[in-house]
Amino acid sequence: MTNLTSNPGANAVGAAPEAKPRRAGRDAGAERRVNPLGGVAHLALFLWALATVGPLIWVVLASFKSNEEIFLGTPFALPESYSFDTYAQAWSEAHIGQYFLNSVFVVSVSTAGTMLLGSMAAYVLARYKFVGNRFIYYLFVSGLAFPTFMALAPLFGIAQSLNLLNSFFGLILIYIAYSLSFTVFFLVAFFRTLPHEIEEAATVDGAGHLRRFFQVMMPMAKSGLISITIFNIVGQWNQYLLPVVIMQGAGSESKYVLTQGIANISVSAGYQAEWGQLFAALTLSILPMIVVYAIFQRQIQAGLTAGAVK
Amino acid sequence: MRHGKYPFIIGFLAVPVALYAIFVVGAYLQMFRLSLTDWTGYGTFNDIGFANFEKLWNDSVFWTALRHNGFLLLLLPIVTIALALFFAFLLNVGGGSKGGVTRGVWGSPIYRVIFFFPQLLALAIVAVIFGRVFGPDKSGMINGLLPDSWEPWLFLASERWALTCILVVLVWQAVGFYVVLFSAGMGSIPQEIYEAAALDGASRITLFSKITLPLLWGNIQVAWIYLGIAAFDAFALVNIMTVNQGGPNNSTQVLSLQIYLNAFKYSQAGYASALGVVLFFLALSFAWLTLRVSRRDAVDA
Repeated sequence: MTNLTSNPGANAVGAAPEAKPRRAGRDAGAERRVNPLGGVAHLALFLWALATVGPLIWVVLASFKSNEEIFLGTPFALPESYSFDTYAQAWSEAHIGQYFLNSVFVVSVSTAGTMLLGSMAAYVLARYKFVGNRFIYYLFVSGLAFPTFMALAPLFGIAQSLNLLNSFFGLILIYIAYSLSFTVFFLVAFFRTLPHEIEEAATVDGAGHLRRFFQVMMPMAKSGLISITIFNIVGQWNQYLLPVVIMQGAGSESKYVLTQGIANISVSAGYQAEWGQLFAALTLSILPMIVVYAIFQRQIQAGLTAGAVK
Repeated sequence: MRHGKYPFIIGFLAVPVALYAIFVVGAYLQMFRLSLTDWTGYGTFNDIGFANFEKLWNDSVFWTALRHNGFLLLLLPIVTIALALFFAFLLNVGGGSKGGVTRGVWGSPIYRVIFFFPQLLALAIVAVIFGRVFGPDKSGMINGLLPDSWEPWLFLASERWALTCILVVLVWQAVGFYVVLFSAGMGSIPQEIYEAAALDGASRITLFSKITLPLLWGNIQVAWIYLGIAAFDAFALVNIMTVNQGGPNNSTQVLSLQIYLNAFKYSQAGYASALGVVLFFLALSFAWLTLRVSRRDAVDA
C-alpha cells in the first residue's frame, strides 16, 4: 500500500491548478497553531482511511493463510508462512490468468473502438450543420437517462439473433454501443469549446474534412480525449452486467472476463472451502489497479471526475 | 482529394449510429413490444396483451424490490454526500489558520489519494471482498475483530440488516470520488472570501454553511444524479454478495436483479421486459425531476 502514498503532491482534479507544492513531511507542523477541530479532523480522516484500506490489507494477508488461520486467527495477524501456492492455483487452476487476459483483450479493442467511433460521431455533430443533427445528438444523449439493465432481455434476444452470444466480438460491439452515449455527449461539448480559426485556416490551406479531423481537431482535443479514454477503460474493465448476459451457456467459462471470473470463483470457493485461493485471486485483480493508480493517479482522478465537473 | 460535405458526414456517422441503433435503441424499442408477450427468452412467443403488467401489479416481490430501490435512492445520496462534504471540508479548511488563512489538514493529499481508490475497483470485486468482510462467522473480517465471547453478527444473512450492508458497501465505494469532486469545487472558491468572513468573526460552521455549501451547489446536484443512478443499479453487489441472489427471503431484492432473474433464470423474458418498461418510466420521471430542479436553480443563480 506504500505505493499509494508515494505521490502526495498530486492534487485532485487536474483542472485545479491550486496544487500546493507542500510536501507530506512534518515541516508544516512547527508553525501550526493547534486548533480544537484539528484533532477531530485528523481522527475522522484517519478512521475513514483505515476503513478504506483495511479490507484490502485484510484480503492480501488472508491470501497467504490456511483455512485454519482464517477461521481461528485474528483477521490482521500476519500469516504463519508466505507461500505463493495459492497464487499459482488461482492463476492457473482457477483461471484468473485466462480471465485477466480476456479482460485486457476485450477492453483494449472496445475502448479503441469507442474512442474512434465516438470522436468521429461527436466531431460531425459538434461542427457540421445538417438535417437531423439535433435528432441524432439527442438520441445518443437520451441513453444517459436509462440504466443498462433496463432492456436486458431484448438485448439478449438481439445478440442471439445476430449470433453474437458467447463471442468476444459480440461483447466488444455491445461495450462500444453502450459507451457511445457518454462519449458522444462529453466530446460534443468538448469539441464545441475548441476554436474554429485553426480549422478554417486548414480549410484555406486546402485540407479536406478527413485531414481536418485527424490532423487538426484530434491533436487539439488531446486532453479531453485522454480523460474520456480513461473513463471508458475503467468503466469497461469494471463492467459485470453485460458480460454476464453475453458470455453464458455451454463453453462460456473460457471466455469469462475478470469480474465474471472472480464472482464465479467466490461461489465455488464457498463449496470447496478454498478461501486462500479466493483471496489470492482477489489480490491478483486488485494489485494491477493499485500499480496503475499509483502511476497515473492524477490522470485517473481527472478522467473519472471529468463527467461530473461542469 | 476533396470530399463533399454530406458523404463525409454520412461516412463518419454511419457505423456509430448503426451500432447504437441496433444494440441500444433497438433493445429499448423491442422491450416495449416484448413486454406484451409471453416470450421465454428463446424461440417464438404469443401476444398476451397487458397480462404481464397485471401480473406485475400483483407481484409482491416487485413491490419489495421497488421499496428497496427507494430506500437506496433516498439514503445513498444523503449519506454519501454528507460524508464527502464533511471530509472535503476537513481536507481543505480543517487544518487551522496560519496568518489568518485557513487551510487543509496535514497530509490531505495522501488522504485524497487513498479515499479515491475504491472508485477504481469493479463493483463485482468489491462485492466479493465485502461478502467475506461481512462473513457471518469468525472467518469474516468484522466478526473476527469482535471479541470471541460475542455471538457472530449475521450481516448479510440477517433479513433485517442485509440491505443496510448493501448500502454501507455502496457508500464505502462512492465517498472518495465525491471527496475529490467537492475538494476540486472548494479549491476553486477564492481564499479571499474565507479570509474576509474570518475577519468578520465567522465561525468554521458559518464558513461552511454560508460560503462553501452555496458555492458547491452545482457539484452537489451532479453528485445527486450520479448516486441516484448507482442506487437504481446495484446489480453486481446484490447478485454476488447476498444470500440466494437477493435474499434472505428477498430482503435485498432490487429491480435490476428482478429483471435479470426473470430474463435468465425463470425464463420469463416477456415479464422481464415489462419490468423494464416500468423502469423506463421511473427513470424518465427521475430525469425530468432532476432537470426541473436544476433548471429552477439555474434561474436563481
